[in-house]
Amino acid sequence: MVHGEVWTLKEFFVYPNEYIYWAIQIVMYPFMTGLVAGAFVLSSLYHVFGVKQLKEIARFSLVFSFALLPCAPLPLLLHLEQPLRNTYVLMTPHFTSAIAAFGIVFMTYGMIVASELWFVYRGHFVARAIELKEKGSGTVDYLACGLFTLLTLGAWDVSEEALHSDEKAVKFLAAAGIPVACFLHGYAGFIFGSVKANALWMTPLMPVIFICSAIVSGIALCILSYIVVVKLRNHMHVRLLKKAGLQASEKLQGADIAIVTITARYLLIFLVLAISLELLDLIFRGYTAVKSWEILRRVIYERDFVKIFVLQYGLGNLVPFILLLLPRPTLRRVVIGTVLVLVGVFMMRWNVVIGGQAFSGSFAGFMEYRLPIIPESLETLKEGLFGALFVAGMPYILFFIFSRVMPVFDVKEA
Amino acid sequence: MMNRRQFCKEAMLIAGGIALPLAALELFDPTRLLAEKESGEKLRWVFLVDTHKCVGCGFCVKACKIENDIPYDAHVSRTWVERYIITKNGKTYIDSPNAARDGFTTSKSDQNLAGMVEIKDEELEKAFFVPKLCNQCDHPPCVQVCPVGATYQTADGVVLVDRKWCIGCGYCIMGCPYGVRFFHPVYHVAEKCNFCYHRLAKGMKSACVDACPFGARRIGNLRDPEDPVTKIITTERVNVLKEQYGTNPQVFYVGLTMEVK
Amino acid sequence: MKNHIWRPLYLAIAAVLIGLIVRSFIVPSDFGAHERGYMYGWHRKSNELEWAAIPVKYRTAKVCIDCHRDKYDDIKDSPHGIISCENCHGPNYDHPKNPKVLEVNRSRSLCLRCHAKLPYKDTLRGAMKGVNPESHYPQAECMMCHYPHNPKLASHRKEVKR
Repeated sequence: MVHGEVWTLKEFFVYPNEYIYWAIQIVMYPFMTGLVAGAFVLSSLYHVFGVKQLKEIARFSLVFSFALLPCAPLPLLLHLEQPLRNTYVLMTPHFTSAIAAFGIVFMTYGMIVASELWFVYRGHFVARAIELKEKGSGTVDYLACGLFTLLTLGAWDVSEEALHSDEKAVKFLAAAGIPVACFLHGYAGFIFGSVKANALWMTPLMPVIFICSAIVSGIALCILSYIVVVKLRNHMHVRLLKKAGLQASEKLQGADIAIVTITARYLLIFLVLAISLELLDLIFRGYTAVKSWEILRRVIYERDFVKIFVLQYGLGNLVPFILLLLPRPTLRRVVIGTVLVLVGVFMMRWNVVIGGQAFSGSFAGFMEYRLPIIPESLETLKEGLFGALFVAGMPYILFFIFSRVMPVFDVKEA
Repeated sequence: MMNRRQFCKEAMLIAGGIALPLAALELFDPTRLLAEKESGEKLRWVFLVDTHKCVGCGFCVKACKIENDIPYDAHVSRTWVERYIITKNGKTYIDSPNAARDGFTTSKSDQNLAGMVEIKDEELEKAFFVPKLCNQCDHPPCVQVCPVGATYQTADGVVLVDRKWCIGCGYCIMGCPYGVRFFHPVYHVAEKCNFCYHRLAKGMKSACVDACPFGARRIGNLRDPEDPVTKIITTERVNVLKEQYGTNPQVFYVGLTMEVK
Repeated sequence: MKNHIWRPLYLAIAAVLIGLIVRSFIVPSDFGAHERGYMYGWHRKSNELEWAAIPVKYRTAKVCIDCHRDKYDDIKDSPHGIISCENCHGPNYDHPKNPKVLEVNRSRSLCLRCHAKLPYKDTLRGAMKGVNPESHYPQAECMMCHYPHNPKLASHRKEVKR
């Protein structure tokens, strides 16, 4: 079987070489970069615009953004037919291609987030390094001390002045990072929007739609993860006390509903923007009815009706919109709302990537995508359900590791 | 009231400002650019397909697969032939069974999942065959979107893929409006028709051109005014596929009608 | 600059420099924007020669004539004279050295490529003689009655015994 044949079903006339080449990993990629961009923008809302209520979630979303970052190229590595040649994009970039922008943008963004994290946590690194040097014992502590010493980059000064310049640097980087984060995801939209050969993808609105839905997904994920992580932390706290035979003297604070509500407002703004642009695109296509409209209409309104109107627009946009606007918000409603938003954003990526390959370039045939569930080969493992779950779960594993070094709660300051 | 100094300053600014866009016009003078481009190259490969002559025997596809080491049973091909059947009640059936590797030996149209559609002789209004291959466009969108410079155009107009450099992202495959590209099942890099570049380099013609018994496929040099292919392209009524995409394809068709996708 | 805030920038610059050094080892020296410019000509120049050097498999009928004169004389004046020998017998490669013998394909599918009747008027296919593959002696090889090198030759036609 040729690449793409095992998960493609052709109907009527499809060009012989046409298969669904951009499969689940290409759906995952903009989804992951969208989360990265959105998480960063959320964190910047605090650092740059000083929205004080977002302080707790800002630290969390910055570390989470960093955990998401290495997971963004992961779907690409799993998709490439020659993954070992992935560095060629950095070595001989062909900038007439939107994908070549990946190298520069990704590296720049990575350096900005890493630097910003360094400035935020430098005080913590110094404190931990000193603490481990004085009170540490055993190999693990020795290694940990070495790690924290390395992470200080030799900058041990934790005076008021030094910490103040740290804050100024954070503010600068957070501001500089916003356009880069937008570009990180905007270029992904450009990758699709500039392909004149694809009747569904080709629209100048694509980069803007992608950016808006990226911010939506990033904020939604941060709200959701924040609520879940706080709940987990409380659970573990109670269990630790129980183990020591003690009672919890006071209930630990749950996720602050006020913070969550304010964050959700920003989410709604971008949600409205994203859906407006998508509906605008749809209306224009139907109104102008160019050559491709006949086949696109059948894909959008018939074959993919449920995926687009029920899952993406209905469950992913309308229902969360109502849920998050209802008076007297509760954490449960917010959790359901953000989960639905994430489902909606995922379906948007699916409907663009897979939807764009649901019809043949001949406009005289259809292709159906069957996501491989049980892996029967390396190809169906990488570009199947398992590959997708691996990419989806990796940020949490990384976040767990990173939060050992850069904790998001009870940070020790020098 | 303006003094002389101010007037001179502003006049220079305005004159300079006007001169700038005018200078740009000079830089991008289309006739000059064309002359510069044309004078350099003596060779530009161009292909001619005569759809009146194609009988759908598929010898071209078979020859192409063997000549270019595309696994015979793989469901991809550098070139293929499409059959268009238009019935009296106005329906169009298009098929290309196995890329026409084994020719067309039945009047039934292969509609993939929708099954084989029996078309009786009495229902036939019009039917013909259309061979297709890479158009080696003058403005190849596939080359434009390659992120690493693995696919490129040679000075004589053929678009090639560097098998050692391609990372297999598939952007070029998505970027081609004609659907001629695919992933090579053995090398796992992008692949497509290259007019049998290895044969052209030895003074031979493409394998499909040699294989076609009816002369439906011909190759020539667009820069040679005495070339018989060039003469037909410049003097007779020929057409190209999907001209609206601005790709400037260099495969010309005689008898290309509106039904062709 | 003494201030510690520049340290991440120094790290970033160092990373870029290391990247450029690594690049000089990985990227071949003939990689660049050649004749067609950066947009259409960004590539490794030596790849063009690699493609040109690929061996040819089909050598055209010209190389068959000298040794197979009789077959050539048979076919050249018949309606099948327009068909290249290699279409039915496979590519020459390095015949007669390798392979020693080219195939003689007796299957119906070879002939049906052209001779399965399809009455398409505006094409040469419609004008060609043809049969209905399902009703015309479906179990027999075409060559039992028809001589492929000269299908018009009456002396070579054999009648199938019913």
